[in-house]
Amino acid sequence: MSTLELSRWQFGITTVYHFIFVPLTIGLSLLVACLQTAWLVKKDPAYLRLTKFFGKLFLINFAVGVVTGIVQEFQFGMNWSAYSKFVGDVFGAPLAMEALLAFFMESTFLGLWIFGWDKLSPRLHLATIWLAAIGTSLSAYFILAANAWMQHPVGFRVNPVTHRAQLTSIVALLTNSTALASWPHVFFASFLITGAVVIAAGAWHLARASEMRSGDRALFRRVLRMGLGITLAAAIATAVTGDIQARLMDSQQPMKMAAAEALYNTESPASFSLFTIGSLNGDKELWSVRVPYLLSLIATLNPHGTVQGINNVERAYVKKYGPGDYKPIVPVTYWTFRLMIGFGMLAGLLALIGLWLTRTRRELPRSIWFYRVAIWGVVLPYLGTTSGWIFTEMGRQPWTVFGVLKTQQSVSAGVTPSSVIISMTIFTLLYAALAAIAGKLAIRHIKGGAPDETGQAGTDARQPVFTY
Amino acid sequence: MSLPAFWFILIAVLWTGYFVLEGFDFGVGILLPVLGRDNTDRRLMINAIGPVWDGNEVWLLTAGGATFAAFPLWYASLFSGFYLALLLILVALIVRGVCFEFRGKVDSPRWRARWDAAIFAGSALPALLWGVAFANIVRGVPLNSGHVYTGNLLTLLNWYGLLGGLTTLSLFALHGAIFLSLKTDGPIRQRARRAAVRIALVAVPLAAAFLITSQLSHGKAATDVTAGLAAVALLGAVWAAFRGREGWAFTGTAITLALAVATLFGDLWPSVLPSTTSASFSLTVANASSSHYTLTVMTWVALIFTPVVLAYQGWTYWVFRKRLTRADVGEAGSEAGTVSPPTAPVSGRS
Repeated sequence: MSTLELSRWQFGITTVYHFIFVPLTIGLSLLVACLQTAWLVKKDPAYLRLTKFFGKLFLINFAVGVVTGIVQEFQFGMNWSAYSKFVGDVFGAPLAMEALLAFFMESTFLGLWIFGWDKLSPRLHLATIWLAAIGTSLSAYFILAANAWMQHPVGFRVNPVTHRAQLTSIVALLTNSTALASWPHVFFASFLITGAVVIAAGAWHLARASEMRSGDRALFRRVLRMGLGITLAAAIATAVTGDIQARLMDSQQPMKMAAAEALYNTESPASFSLFTIGSLNGDKELWSVRVPYLLSLIATLNPHGTVQGINNVERAYVKKYGPGDYKPIVPVTYWTFRLMIGFGMLAGLLALIGLWLTRTRRELPRSIWFYRVAIWGVVLPYLGTTSGWIFTEMGRQPWTVFGVLKTQQSVSAGVTPSSVIISMTIFTLLYAALAAIAGKLAIRHIKGGAPDETGQAGTDARQPVFTY
Repeated sequence: MSLPAFWFILIAVLWTGYFVLEGFDFGVGILLPVLGRDNTDRRLMINAIGPVWDGNEVWLLTAGGATFAAFPLWYASLFSGFYLALLLILVALIVRGVCFEFRGKVDSPRWRARWDAAIFAGSALPALLWGVAFANIVRGVPLNSGHVYTGNLLTLLNWYGLLGGLTTLSLFALHGAIFLSLKTDGPIRQRARRAAVRIALVAVPLAAAFLITSQLSHGKAATDVTAGLAAVALLGAVWAAFRGREGWAFTGTAITLALAVATLFGDLWPSVLPSTTSASFSLTVANASSSHYTLTVMTWVALIFTPVVLAYQGWTYWVFRKRLTRADVGEAGSEAGTVSPPTAPVSGRS
C-alpha cells in the first residue's frame, strides 16, 4: 500500500477511536456539573453520590480522550504535511484557538475540580467543573469549525503566487453555516451516548435490585429514568439538527447527498430507500424498501423537490474541476448514512419504551430482557456516531477540502510507507490495549456502585475518591 | 517588530512555558523509581504534580497549534520530517497520561508497579527526545528544495542531538527534584534535595557542554549573553538547592530553562528549520509564515487570552501551594490507597 492509503487508514482508525471517548467527555462533564449544582441547590445527598459516581466515570473516559487527542493535532503535520502547508494559514487558526481558549480551560479547571474538593469553597468548586465542561464544548466548536471548513470552505482565497489557501475572514470561518449546524448535531449526539451510558449503569444495578439496599434501589431507579430522559431528548434533538444538516449538505455538497442515497440519476420527487439488496453501482437494484417523497423532503423540505443524481453531479464537477472521478465509495456512504440514522432512532425509540415501562408509581419491569436491552443498548449510539463520522468524511472524498484540495494531494511527501506501517501498527495496538483497560476500569467502577456520603463505595470500600 | 518575528518569539515563549512546567513533572516521573521508596512515597510524588500536569501539557498543544497557524511550512516540514521521533514522543505521552488516572484504580501492587514503570519511561523518553529534536532544529536537517526532510530517524541521533537530549533529560530531572523538595515535606523533601545536588553533578557539565557547543557552531553575540546567564542561573539554582533554599532553587532552574530556550531560538533566528543540504532550501521566519491577516487575527487572540490563561494557571498553583506530606496521602492504610477523612464530603487529598 502507498503512504496515501496507509495514512488514510491511520487517520480513520485514530479518529474513529478518538471519537469513542469525546462524546462521553462532552456529555458527562455537563451532566456532572448539573448533578453537583443540584446537590448544592437541593442539599439532597443523593446528588452528591451521583456526582461522585459519574464524576469518576468521566475521569476514566477523559484520560483516554485527552491522550488520543494529542495524536490528532500532530497527525496533520506528520502524515498530511502537503495539506498542512496548503491550509495552515486558514485551518491552523481554529486549532490554535482551540488549544489556547478551550484546552487550557478544560485541563486546568479539571485539575482544580479533581483536587480542589476541600481546598475551594463549594461554590467556587462547582464553578471549576462548569468551566471545565464549557471548555470541553468550546473545544468541540473550534474543531468542528475546522472540519466544517473542509466540508464547506469559506472566508479564504487561494494565493496565486504561493498556491496556498489564505484566510480572508475569521468571522466567516467561525460562523460557517456548516459549523453552526454540525456543532449542535455533535453536541446532542454526545448526549445520546451519555444517556445510554447512564441507562446501562442504572440497569446493571437494578437488574440486581434484590441484593441492594432500598435506598440504592431508589437511587438507581432515578439514574435509569434520568438516562432514559436524556436519551429520548437527545435523540429528538439529534434528528432535528441532522435534518438541518441534510439540507445544507444538499446545497453545499450535492454529491454527498446523492451518494447517501446511491441516487444515480436526478429525481423529483425522490424516494428514500430503507434497505437495498443488490449492487449500488447504478445498475438495477434487486430489491429495496422505499419511502416515496422522503429523500426530496429531507434534502429540500419539499416533497416534490429535485434531488440531483450522482451521474448528473459528476458531469457538473468534471466541467467545473476538470476531468476526474468525483464519486465517493457509494456503498460506504449509502450504508453508513442509514446506520447512523437507524442506530440513533433505535436508541431513541428504546428510550421511549423504557420511559413508558418505568413510569411513575409502577413497579420496575421484572423481565431480565428489559435489563439486557437497557445494558447492551449502550452500543447503539456509539455505532451511530461512528457511522455518522465515516459517512461525512468518506462522503467528502475525493476531497480533503471540498472543491479545493484533493486527498491524494494532501499526503506527506517525505514519509515512507514503512514509517506509516510502524505508526499505524503501534497506534492500533496501543489503542486496543487502552480500550481494554479503560473499558475494564469503567465497568468495574460502575459495578462498584455509587459511593455513599462519606466517599466510600456502596459495595467496594476501596473504591472512589478522585485523586491519584 | 514584524508579525512573523512576534510569532517566532511567541512560539519560543510557548516552548518555554512547556519546558518550565512540564519539565518538572517529567522530572518527577523520572525520579519516581529513585525517590519513591514505597507506594505512599510514590503517591505523594504523583499527587504533587496531580492537579497541574495536564494543564502543563497543554503548552505543548498550544505551541503545536501556534506553529501550525503562524508557520504552516515549518509545522509541515518539522512534523513530517521528525515522524518516528514524534511517534515515540506521542506513545510516551499517551501512556504517561493514562497512567496517572489509571494507576490508583485497582488495588494491587503488581498493577501499580507496571504503571510506575510506565510513568518513568513515559517521562524519561520525551524528556530526552525533546532535547534531541531541538538540537537538530538548531543544527539544521537535510531538507530538499521543496522543504521536505530527506533524512531518517538515525539522522537525528547525531552526537550534538544526543548531547541536547541528555541535557534536557538531566535538566528536567534536576528541575523535578527541586520541585519535589519545594512541594513536599518530611523525609522525601530531604531525599529530593540530596538528589538535586547529585543530579547537578551530571546536569551542569552536560548543560555547559551543550551550550558551549551550540554557541561555538551557531552562536551570536546576543545568545552568548543568554547562554552565559543560563549558566549563572543554573549554578545559582544548584547552590540554593545545596543551601536548602528551595524556592530560589526552583526559580533558578526555571530561569535556566527559559534562557536555554531563548538561546536556542536566538541561535535559530532568522531560520526556523535550516537545511543542511543547501542554505537556500532553509525554512525561515519570512518564507514559512502565514499571511499578514492570519497573523493579525492570531495576535489579537494571543494578546487577549494568554494573560487569562496565565492568570488562572497561576491561581491553580496558588490553590495547591501547600507542601504535601505522607500523612496527606493517607500514610495509615496507605496500601488500600484511598481513605478519606470523614469530615470532608470527598477528600481532595486522600
